[in-house]
Parts: sequence; structure tokens; C-alpha cells
Amino acid sequence: MGAAAAIGQREHPVEVVDLVTHYGPRMILKGVTMDVREGEIMVVMGGSGSGKSTLLRYLLGLERATSGTIRVLGQDLGGLSHREITDLRKKMGVAFQGGALFSSMTVGENIMLPLYEHTDLDRSTMEIMARIKLEVVDLAGFEHLMPAELSGGMIKRAAFARAVIMDPRILFCDEPSAGLDPVVSSALDDLILRLRDAMGMSIVVVTHELESAFKIADRVTVLDHGRILFIGTVDELREQDNARIQNLLNRRAQPEIIDGDEYLRRLTGENMDEGTIQ
Amino acid sequence: MKHSVKEDSGSLVVGFEGDVDLQNSPQARKVLLEAVGRRQPVLVDLSSVSYIDSSGIACLVESLQAARKAGTAFALVAVSDSALRVLQLARLDTVFTIYGSLADGLAQAG
Ligand SMILES: Nc1ncnc2c1ncn2[C@@H]1O[C@H](COP(=O)(O)OP(=O)(O)O)[C@@H](O)[C@H]1O
Ligand SMILES: [Mg+2]
Repeated sequence: MGAAAAIGQREHPVEVVDLVTHYGPRMILKGVTMDVREGEIMVVMGGSGSGKSTLLRYLLGLERATSGTIRVLGQDLGGLSHREITDLRKKMGVAFQGGALFSSMTVGENIMLPLYEHTDLDRSTMEIMARIKLEVVDLAGFEHLMPAELSGGMIKRAAFARAVIMDPRILFCDEPSAGLDPVVSSALDDLILRLRDAMGMSIVVVTHELESAFKIADRVTVLDHGRILFIGTVDELREQDNARIQNLLNRRAQPEIIDGDEYLRRLTGENMDEGTIQ
Repeated sequence: MKHSVKEDSGSLVVGFEGDVDLQNSPQARKVLLEAVGRRQPVLVDLSSVSYIDSSGIACLVESLQAARKAGTAFALVAVSDSALRVLQLARLDTVFTIYGSLADGLAQAG
């Protein structure tokens, strides 16, 4: 049981205490304590090389800590077998730097990949799940395209669709908008907010971009050379700057009106033949 | 997940109980498609479902489409707030007929 559980509070999905890590002889994280709450978007900021990606790798159980504890979804990663960590990882979605899709597979196959790896679902169920997620990321009808046929922003959105295909409890994103123009990255921010609101996920986003951080974060963690420099709400962070930041907040996409019959055919693949995609 | 299939006032009421998730949605799919195959109006009672994930939603979508093709009515009953949010995320609330209660559904589906 975690400290929170012991005193009768609900445990947070992520609880990190005094995490110290090394790559070889070099200490990277130097005593990091932070948590991520249920349904929260936690933005991790900090200079290049400050340890942001490293922190994500440890939260995912990809590396063993030197000392300290990492609890994810109520489980102490230090006490889990490889197999148990693999199981736990099914509840974690990952959209990493580069957002790599496999170039030899269609977008749809890329998105269904975790389902093939981890489930015995019927093919028709997988296809509908993939189409639903493509709808969510505004890539309806793109399942038959190859990644090379998509723009950078579309690839990122497809990577998000894949990251949430198993309805994870936590989603980790490492610089999702790196290399995208401001309009495209703003759309990605909207998507992150939408996913959180509808799926109730906790989301950890590493980003360099202040504008994006202020827009999506409930709280912000700032890392500096492997140590925590600041953890707090957007409001607390915003107080450090001011008016400029106000108008960056609270922009959301409008829902569109849709034709139910047409939409249903699209999801079930019934109108593929007349398809608008080549 | 448990399920039940009952006839009531000319409709088939398919009830699920517990979680409809990656583990058991293949079974839910089978139950739903079989019910649709009987060519009676189908009401899917979700009032005892504690959690439905997107694999469960996908099975509902496929069954709805099968019902449309067969010309039979297919509706959801007592969709929980969390399930409704999942439906809304993909704008599927516009696609399904949803009744607040089984009594409502039976009155209108038959
Ligand atoms: N696999 C690795 N082996 C050795 N050193 C690494 C490895 N990954 C990262 N580092 C080092 O750890 C530090 C933190 O890296 P990283 O977490 O990637 O920083 P950030 O994501 O904040 O830019 C850097 O100095 C980097 O060179
Ligand atoms: Mg990094």
C-alpha cells in the first residue's frame, strides 16, 4: 500500500518518491518526488537534458531505479516481474517523440497493432475500434493510407489513436508537438484535452512550449538538471508571468453536426467501396 | 461480465452486468449478433454495466449495423454517464437510439 492508501485516501495513478536514477556512472534524476492525479493533465517542462524523457521511461517501467519508489496504478514497479510490468503497461498509452508509425503498414494496421499483440478480439471489432479512434483524432477514412502519405501533424494524431486504442488509464506523451507548426500543435492540444475529458484518463505530457503547457496543464512539473524546480497548478505558474498568458487559455473545437446513418456506415466499413480515399 | 437474453412484449432484451471490456467483449459480440439474428426488436440493457470500454462500444456499433441491414430495431437502454461520455467522444450518441429506462424502450420499440 502507498502512503496515501495507508491513511485512507485514494492513491494517485502515479506516485514517485525520491527517485534516483543513473545511466552508467552518471546520475540523471537526483531525488524526484511527484505525483499525477486521477484525470489530471500533468505537463513536464524543463531544459534539454533535464531528465524529462528519462522520467517517462522510468514511469513506464522500462528501466530500474537506483533508489526511491515509483508506484503506477497502485503497483510498486520495483517489486514487479518483467511479466507483471508488461501487463501493467497495457493500461498505459504511449505517444513518444517522433510518434513513429511503422512505414510498412497502413495507418489502420498501425493503430490496431496493440490489439493484435494483447487481445483476442474479432477482426471486425478491432477495425471498428480503430475507426472510432480515427474519428476521435479527426482522421476519419485514413485507415488505408500508408504513413508516408500523411503530413507530420496527421502522423502525430494517428500515433495518438494508437496510444489510446486500448483505453489506457494513463497516457504518456513525449513532446507531441515537436516540429509542428503552431496551428497544428494547437489542434493536438485540443485533442489531448478532449481525450482526457471524455476518457477520464490521466495524461503526462512533456513539452517545451509554454503556450501549450498553459493551455492543457492542470499542474506543471519543472525539471532542472534532474531535480524538481517547481510543481504546481497552472494558476501558480501563471502568476509568475501574466496578461500575455490569459488569452492563450480555453480554446476548444466546436462539435460538428453529423448524419447518423452515413456515420454508422463509415465506422462499419460499409461504404468502403465508394470510398473517397484512393 | 454476465449476460441475459429475455423476451418481453415482442422485444428481445439483452442485459449485461459488470464490465464489458477487452476480455469479454468477444462474448458480448456473439450474444448481440445472435439476438439481432432473431429478427425481433433488440433492446440492450446497460443499467447493470459498471464499465464498458471501446471494444464493447465497437460490438454495439457492429450489432447496430447488422440490425439496420436486417431491418430490425436496435436500441440502448440506461446508458451510464461514463458510457455516454465514451459514446460522445466518438459522436456515437447521435447514431444510437437511447432510452432512459427499459419501460420506455419496451413502450417504443415493440
Ligand atoms: N540511454 C541513455 N544512456 C546514457 N545517457 C542517457 C540516456 N538517455 C538519456 N541520457 C542522458 O540523460 C540526461 C537526460 O536526458 P533526457 O531525459 O533525454 O532529457 P530531456 O528529455 O529532458 O531532454 C541527458 O544528459 C542525456 O544525455
Ligand atoms: Mg526528451
